[in-house]
Amino acid sequence: MEAEPLLPAPATVLRARRDTPDVYTLELEPPAGEFHFAPGQFNMLYAFGAGEVPISISGDPARPEHLVHTIRAVGAVSGALARLRRGDALGVRGPFGSAWPLEAARGDDVIVIAGGLGLAPLRPAIYRLLAERGRYGRVVLLYGARTPADILYARELERWRARFDLEVQVSVDRAEGDWRGNVGVVTSLLERVKFDPLDASAFVCGPEVMMRFAAVELERRGVAHERIHVSLERNMKCAVALCGRCQFGPHFVCRDGPVFRYDRVRDLMSKREV
Amino acid sequence: MKQMDEILAEHSFFRGLPRPYLELVAGCGKNVRFEANQFIAREGEDADTFYLVRHGAVALELHLPNRGTRTLQTLGPGDILGWSWLVPPYRWRFDARAVEPTRAIALDGKCLREKCETDHDLGYALLKRFAYVLGQRLEATRLQLLDVYGAGS
Repeated sequence: MEAEPLLPAPATVLRARRDTPDVYTLELEPPAGEFHFAPGQFNMLYAFGAGEVPISISGDPARPEHLVHTIRAVGAVSGALARLRRGDALGVRGPFGSAWPLEAARGDDVIVIAGGLGLAPLRPAIYRLLAERGRYGRVVLLYGARTPADILYARELERWRARFDLEVQVSVDRAEGDWRGNVGVVTSLLERVKFDPLDASAFVCGPEVMMRFAAVELERRGVAHERIHVSLERNMKCAVALCGRCQFGPHFVCRDGPVFRYDRVRDLMSKREV
Repeated sequence: MKQMDEILAEHSFFRGLPRPYLELVAGCGKNVRFEANQFIAREGEDADTFYLVRHGAVALELHLPNRGTRTLQTLGPGDILGWSWLVPPYRWRFDARAVEPTRAIALDGKCLREKCETDHDLGYALLKRFAYVLGQRLEATRLQLLDVYGAGS
């Protein structure tokens, strides 16, 4: 982390791209020329005059000269970020939080389950898995989206699907017309893929209810809870465990998460009061 | 070449089914093949068969007047297609269409239904398995209804 974790550093937009009707990807020139992070971590992005929001880093950790974030325009700040164009400035604080346990998963089959925008914080992990492909067993990516128009990184998914060393399955919740792909919840894809549950690690990111159901399916397949990791999202504000807004039981999501071992948060995830 | 009962025994749906029942079910089965876009079943038709998809993909569809055809779910290798043969009025509730060339095992539900009526152990063993499939489909449908990927989720 930088020396002044509460002070945003200025960054410049190199490229802005619209991925789906309400999702945008910003490629930034990092404040110091290079930006090193671990897959799964997030930054606080500051749209000047609008405010600051936590956004996961979605680029390749092997390309520190490009800092990439994918943003869904849902509020005033994310909307302002989505409107940024090449050459515009914004503030960046980070990187913050925990990472996907890629080293611990070496030698395992790795099951990556992403739902909706949850593919963004998993993409750096996928880049790393592919860069070090020989260190892992079977690698499977299961991705679920709302409709075919909402599929994130569609071209990249096609490229990954063409590889012989990565199994990619995509499903949408709703489809009409000429969609020839799968329709159904992403968790139903788990039944169809082969992996060794006794030597498998699972990385799951998406809406919380989807992660809960995915964990149940993984458990049903025999994957141990301590080898399932989920990425949680809460109202992170300071990002350094001071303000307490992202408190989740005994955890601060900004510091102890966003990536958690499932057995450490399972009970909290199904508690209404938390 | 594998015998039908061996293929069924390897499938998770039939796992644990006693051998005599497995052979009985296998006796009601045959290999079938469907071309892409071929209908396997149409809504309202008699449901006398269910399928164990071995290869390919099958879309469960519903045609809505003035709104076209909606795919409700896609079934793939290992999935069970059809439960309407098990409960009255024994008619398909949806269209089932092969999305791509599809191979499956077709099982004579009408024949099995009659056997289940006379052998309740078999009936219970099959119902228990279908209850699991139906529970999973219900769970999946509830998740789809939640629209979990919508804005604000």
